[in-house]
Amino acid sequence: MRDPAQDFAQDFAQRHSSLTTLPDRLAMHAPAPPPVTPAVRFAGVVRHFGTVRAVDGVDLAIAPGEFFAMLGPSGSGKTTCLRLIAGFEQPDAGHIAIFGESVEGLPPYRRAVNTVFQDYALFPHLCVGDNVAYGLRVRGVGRAERDTLAREALAMVKLAGMEARRPAQLSGGQRQRVALARALVVRPKVLLLDEPLGALDLKLREEMQSELKSLQRALGLTFVFVTHDQGEALSMADRVAVFNEGRIVQVGPPEQVYERPATRFVAQFVGSANVLGAAQALALGGAERPSSLRPEKIALLAPNATPPMGAAVVEGIVEDVSYQGPVRRVAVRTSGGPSLVATVPASASGVAIGDAVRLAIPRAALQPMESEG
Amino acid sequence: MSLSTLDLPDPHDGALRRLSDLLVRRARLLTLLLLVPPLLWLGLVYLGSLFVFLGQSIFSIDEFSGTIVREPTTATLLELFRPANFDIVQRTVAIAAVVTLLCAIIAFPIAYYAARYAGPRVKAGFYLAVMMPLWSSYLVKIYGWKLLLAKEGAIGWFAGRLGLGGALEAWLALPLVGGPSLSVSYTGMVLTFTYLWLPFMILPVQAALERVPAHLIEAAGDLGAAPGLVFRTVILPLAMPGVVAGAIFTFSLTLGDYIVPQIIGTSALVLGQAVYMQQGTAGNVPLAAAFSLVPILVMALFLTLAKRTGAFDAL
Repeated sequence: MRDPAQDFAQDFAQRHSSLTTLPDRLAMHAPAPPPVTPAVRFAGVVRHFGTVRAVDGVDLAIAPGEFFAMLGPSGSGKTTCLRLIAGFEQPDAGHIAIFGESVEGLPPYRRAVNTVFQDYALFPHLCVGDNVAYGLRVRGVGRAERDTLAREALAMVKLAGMEARRPAQLSGGQRQRVALARALVVRPKVLLLDEPLGALDLKLREEMQSELKSLQRALGLTFVFVTHDQGEALSMADRVAVFNEGRIVQVGPPEQVYERPATRFVAQFVGSANVLGAAQALALGGAERPSSLRPEKIALLAPNATPPMGAAVVEGIVEDVSYQGPVRRVAVRTSGGPSLVATVPASASGVAIGDAVRLAIPRAALQPMESEG
Repeated sequence: MSLSTLDLPDPHDGALRRLSDLLVRRARLLTLLLLVPPLLWLGLVYLGSLFVFLGQSIFSIDEFSGTIVREPTTATLLELFRPANFDIVQRTVAIAAVVTLLCAIIAFPIAYYAARYAGPRVKAGFYLAVMMPLWSSYLVKIYGWKLLLAKEGAIGWFAGRLGLGGALEAWLALPLVGGPSLSVSYTGMVLTFTYLWLPFMILPVQAALERVPAHLIEAAGDLGAAPGLVFRTVILPLAMPGVVAGAIFTFSLTLGDYIVPQIIGTSALVLGQAVYMQQGTAGNVPLAAAFSLVPILVMALFLTLAKRTGAFDAL
């Protein structure tokens, strides 16, 4: 029995032979410096709505075959960037190129990119099969061929046999898969995903995350993924661009963005972090620069334990303890210093509000930032 | 005073509050109370009398005495198919169909603009403009159109000024749609009906278009459909329930009207006039009832066809 998903992937790769010769480093998940012809390139792109600068001078280069996440709070410009790639918006200034070709003034229907919408945007008057085949129908593909292709695409997203259903009869997760199949069946050069997992419950979201990831790997296709969920961005993307107020504040592989946040905003938006001023960082043995400190790097010392090498010890009073499943979050007001948040294993019980505690802060955990802003 | 020590008294427990308690606990009772008066009105008074009237169509009239013979017969219903009567049916349905089509064609762009492009202020103006004609008297509007359509009326004058006098003459010279002047032709009748019923088409179409999510239109474009194709494959099918709803209004209002054809149009009768005449001057209530069945059957047929073609798929 042939696996339709595999067939689809092979077929896809054949039609896009240029994409099969991806550099090996991509397959190994390593960071991808922009190659000669990026899949998507922004140069000084600006887009404003009235007086609001939704996108305020964005430069970026997304490599072919890359899983690229645009991460940011709502209103940070990430979705507008996606819509600029799709062609639903036109930039007020700057240039956008897709695989080296300028898309200036090109309407969405002339761009080789496809979008998976946040609300899936399935056509309610068409059955699932016709929804998936829509892009083929408007390209003049014959009924028989487009039905075959739609069936294959549906099998690839594990919805074989659902062709005759109506979108209204599907669950949220199934609709999401139909939207994915519909976008992939027309063989886009870049797939755009606008918070595609936002409406799913946690369990399903985790399942779809790994499925999307393996699908992307199998197809060797460029995915541009917009999300406000930092966990999602970190776990799926090859590279993450963190957006704030219409600008990209940091781009890099997930590890880099998490471990070495460039600004206070990144430190606090991607995961949670203690942010220390230059003087405070210096006092703890770090550089005289504003620094971030991840709560999980701070250890709670037992009463008589000796602190580990290369760690500063501060004393303080516990202000708050909250249980979060695997960890406990402990807020400590240090004597004469800042208030710090530490996460300790949930098994480390016996910490109560008002207790005097000692914290061990490894010097290496203090990450100097470009700016405090 | 801190929030934790704030002591609020309970709301006063009056009779209305206790009645609310009862209705909240017994939701069925509330539904019953809300539905009984309209059901009595609609079911007994309206539908009841309608069926009593329509039921008369199985009786016949005694040609000599003019009294109603209360014995079931199909003779009266079959009379509808006599050439003189069937002509009336065909003529009326054709007029209603043309009026509906014209309304749909004129209403769609207006509704589309209002639903998709108009800002809040423009939209308020749009509603006002569409509804305002409904505030004035129906008869005034018809007589207004009679003047516009008359031989020396504004339309003729405009056509003359634009050098289209010849074209108007040529149109009036055509068989069927033409006549001595616009005000006594089918063309004039159709124009007047189209004007009168246009709001009833614009509003449902606009409501249907407003419910089409912008994302669906974007998705169609994203998948490669040029705007014309998006319109045909997504917007029109999704707006179809609204068009059908509007068509129900324009179609049935035209089928039942007997005043416009009396003031504007030819001397040939339409359904409404036939019913009016049969039950009034002729006193032939059974035949009037038979004529009244026609619009109901035509509408039923229309809705069945609309459903067959998938007009309600988007509902």
